[in-house]
Amino acid sequence: MRSEKISPPSEDKRWKIVDTTMRRKGYVPSALIEALHSTQEAFGYLDESALRYISASLRVPPSKVYGVATFYHFFTLRPQGKHTCVVCTGTACYIKGASALLQTLDKNFDIKPGETTSDGEISVLTARCLGSCSLAPAAVFDGHVAGNLEPQTLMEQIARLKE
Amino acid sequence: MNPQAQVTTLKIDDREISAHADQTILDVAIENGIEIPTLCHLEGLSEVGACRLCLVEIQGTPKLQPACVTRVREGMEVVTHSERLQKYRRFILELFFTERNHICSVCVANGNCELQDMATTLGMDHVHYPYLYPNVPVDASHDLFGLDQNRCILCTRCVRVCAEIEGAHTWDVRGHGIDSRVFTDFNEPWGESVTCTSCGKCVNVCPTGALFKKGKSVGEMSRKIDFLPYLKKMREEMK
Amino acid sequence: MTREELDAIGEKELAASQQVKHRLNVCLAAGCMSLQSDAVLASLQKNIKERGLEHECHVKGVGCLGLCKAGPLVAVEPNGVMYQHVTANEANEILEALDAEPLAQLALEPALPFFNRQTKISLENSGVIDPERIEEYIAQGGYAALAQVLNELTPAQVVEQVTRSGLRGRGGAGYPTGLKWSTVVKAQGAQTRESVQKYVICNADEGDPGAFMDRSMLESDPHRILEGMAIAAYAVGANQGYIYVRAEYPLAIKRLKIAIRQAERAGVLGSAIFASPFNFHVELRMGAGAFVCGEETALIASIEGGRGLPRIRPPYPAEYGLWGKPTLINNVETYALVPSIIRNGSEWFANIGTEKSKGTKVFALAGAVQNTGLVEVPMGITLREIIFDIGGGIPDGKKFKAVQTGGPSGGCVPKQFLDKAVDYETLTQLGTIMGSGGMIVMDETSCMVDVARYFMEFCMTESCGKCVPCRVGTVQMYNLLTKITQGEATLDDLALLEELCDLVRNTSLCGLGQAAPNPVLSTLRYFREEYVAHIQDKKCPAGVCKL
Repeated sequence: MRSEKISPPSEDKRWKIVDTTMRRKGYVPSALIEALHSTQEAFGYLDESALRYISASLRVPPSKVYGVATFYHFFTLRPQGKHTCVVCTGTACYIKGASALLQTLDKNFDIKPGETTSDGEISVLTARCLGSCSLAPAAVFDGHVAGNLEPQTLMEQIARLKE
Repeated sequence: MNPQAQVTTLKIDDREISAHADQTILDVAIENGIEIPTLCHLEGLSEVGACRLCLVEIQGTPKLQPACVTRVREGMEVVTHSERLQKYRRFILELFFTERNHICSVCVANGNCELQDMATTLGMDHVHYPYLYPNVPVDASHDLFGLDQNRCILCTRCVRVCAEIEGAHTWDVRGHGIDSRVFTDFNEPWGESVTCTSCGKCVNVCPTGALFKKGKSVGEMSRKIDFLPYLKKMREEMK
Repeated sequence: MTREELDAIGEKELAASQQVKHRLNVCLAAGCMSLQSDAVLASLQKNIKERGLEHECHVKGVGCLGLCKAGPLVAVEPNGVMYQHVTANEANEILEALDAEPLAQLALEPALPFFNRQTKISLENSGVIDPERIEEYIAQGGYAALAQVLNELTPAQVVEQVTRSGLRGRGGAGYPTGLKWSTVVKAQGAQTRESVQKYVICNADEGDPGAFMDRSMLESDPHRILEGMAIAAYAVGANQGYIYVRAEYPLAIKRLKIAIRQAERAGVLGSAIFASPFNFHVELRMGAGAFVCGEETALIASIEGGRGLPRIRPPYPAEYGLWGKPTLINNVETYALVPSIIRNGSEWFANIGTEKSKGTKVFALAGAVQNTGLVEVPMGITLREIIFDIGGGIPDGKKFKAVQTGGPSGGCVPKQFLDKAVDYETLTQLGTIMGSGGMIVMDETSCMVDVARYFMEFCMTESCGKCVPCRVGTVQMYNLLTKITQGEATLDDLALLEELCDLVRNTSLCGLGQAAPNPVLSTLRYFREEYVAHIQDKKCPAGVCKL
């Protein structure tokens, strides 16, 4: 157990959630990935202050924290848009036209997977497989899965997000 | 039983050799003057088995095995230099050359580079895969040293020496796959690293000109790696 | 908890369910959920209340009913009617019809081959029980195998049972499960057996695109996995288990958390289980989106909090695993089969399947096939039976072209082999692998070069970057495949591609790299003319690639 208390980067209450996750694991270095999950869930992404806080709290070298955070697809070091659209690129979705969906997004908003529209409204992401293969091609709009999408229905779903 | 006391006999390239049971094929080969090519291996550091150049054939094992981590076994028959192995090694080496922008004529390590030497050893006279020409940066922010990603082969010797011997863990690898890069701390410029002690171990163990001493021009770079086995031994004594 | 208490819980639960006249099971697995099946459940509950039917009609959410394409699904018991594409507005009609004829416009045809050609073992409770109530699992005989093992069998006898059943790992490679267990049993490290810490890990990092068997099992019957793990832990001498589950499966994670809590409260997990000296605790670990973490040494590195890099084996995790301790790693489906093997005996299990591939296998059927969904079939069934009888064939009058199994590590099987049996050896001979159970059907509109390129893109993006053949070789292969699909390649490029396949397969460090060329090799083996058409005629026979 560590002796000194590491102060969170700010007064933000959400740091309490992160600290609870780490405390439950006894601040062991192996709790790194869980701490990152907890931070991303609370803040939506991992910024440098978060990485510094976790590094100090778990006594994991900075480069190891950063190396782990950038190894996994799930973690993002940039803030996301207000809404997210996750296009599934699993095999079933691919052969049923997921690339056409991504092209539609690129054509209409000039964004590629991993990017956010310049107005900060929508982030486009891809998923390896949502496991909703029966609905192929599928996408998740702010947590809601929609299936059997075509370019037009995709744009309708996006319009609905913005409302 | 203490494995060091156990003596094993095996055959390497048809030569009868005796070895201790805890030795790797590579250890035994080096002891007996048999050369197996390596890039990521360095005496004194942990093994990662990542460069794949030391792959050898073992009778009765369908898959090729890396000599650096495979322990010897009684009766083992090892082939270190078949035509197939030499072909694979040359191709692997070519992949290294296509991955980044290795231009020996402008490199500080020219003439003192393990990658270059390997190309000579393996008779790699041209590269038959397309070059990838990545756009990768040079970091010259450190007072004494520089990092040129164009020449990095991701052997992770710098990462290991810094974590295992210096104890600073300033270096690590970020990203994954083809986007993997060595970096320091929170990915700020090396010169701003809080954890770096400027000890220079990483520069000394780098097999190419990726990590270099400032102020050296083409072909002037020299290295010192004899400290490693010594330091490792002393660290173990202290424990 | 004692055996008697367990039986009492089960009997009470059964009696309660038999008191009601009608039981409505609404599928709340991810497929149906994404079609708002939770709203269907809520609407049924509301209508039952309004009509005052609470005492004769029970409605509950259940796990996967299998036929995902027809979702949301509602099953009516005991008369066995299943309604498809149900919306919340139809709750009233369904309730009206309970004592009358089933609603013709919603009811699935009775005795569909999709359902009655299956043999359900690991999915036996899926769609039957409420996965969020341990009592229902117990009522189906759940945790009885664990009780039996702890009270009647020695660890060696458990390993013996599993060995004799012929069970092989369902994660893909098909390693004999009994052999794996006995290696962990024997692993002693430097100390005596009693003092060696050992771990049991459930690999639920289902990363193959197009595979959702594990997710469905975790969502539909999580206690079965816990029971299988506990039996394994007892057999190998472990007291701590981890489930490594994909972060992309929030519903599975939620239900696992509930299941672990309930199991601990009931005393079937934790300390002194069934009044024996056996202790077993289970923790969840979330993955973070790295396919390579399905490889067991990478998975271990990830549980330890690091980058998910595989390391060279041997030593195998059975001897040197998590924190350097002997560790048993099995896949979700493997653990799911264990309680049934103990309950029914190893001979019963060994009688299902073929000589070398015993028991059943769950497949996620998707792509160009009528009945997409989850199926469990005996090993040895033919591909034709799965795709055409159970799967209902190819929709829209299109022609079958190939079926892809094993995901990015597998291959495509063309139509001349549709009558081949599905078992580990046959699939390997055909140039693919059993894999974890993804089965993607492709019709004439799929270009096989494009499919190979798709999987290579996957392997390239998922390469951890540790060893050079995989890190750079997959990029080189992907670039060549792209060149072919763009009509810019020559036959020399094709030769280079084949040479790279051989190199990457034989020199990569882990299974991901070694298997990465498989989709290329298998499509080259059966559809070489498509590659040549792209190169020489500058044509894509399927019309997918824009040359």
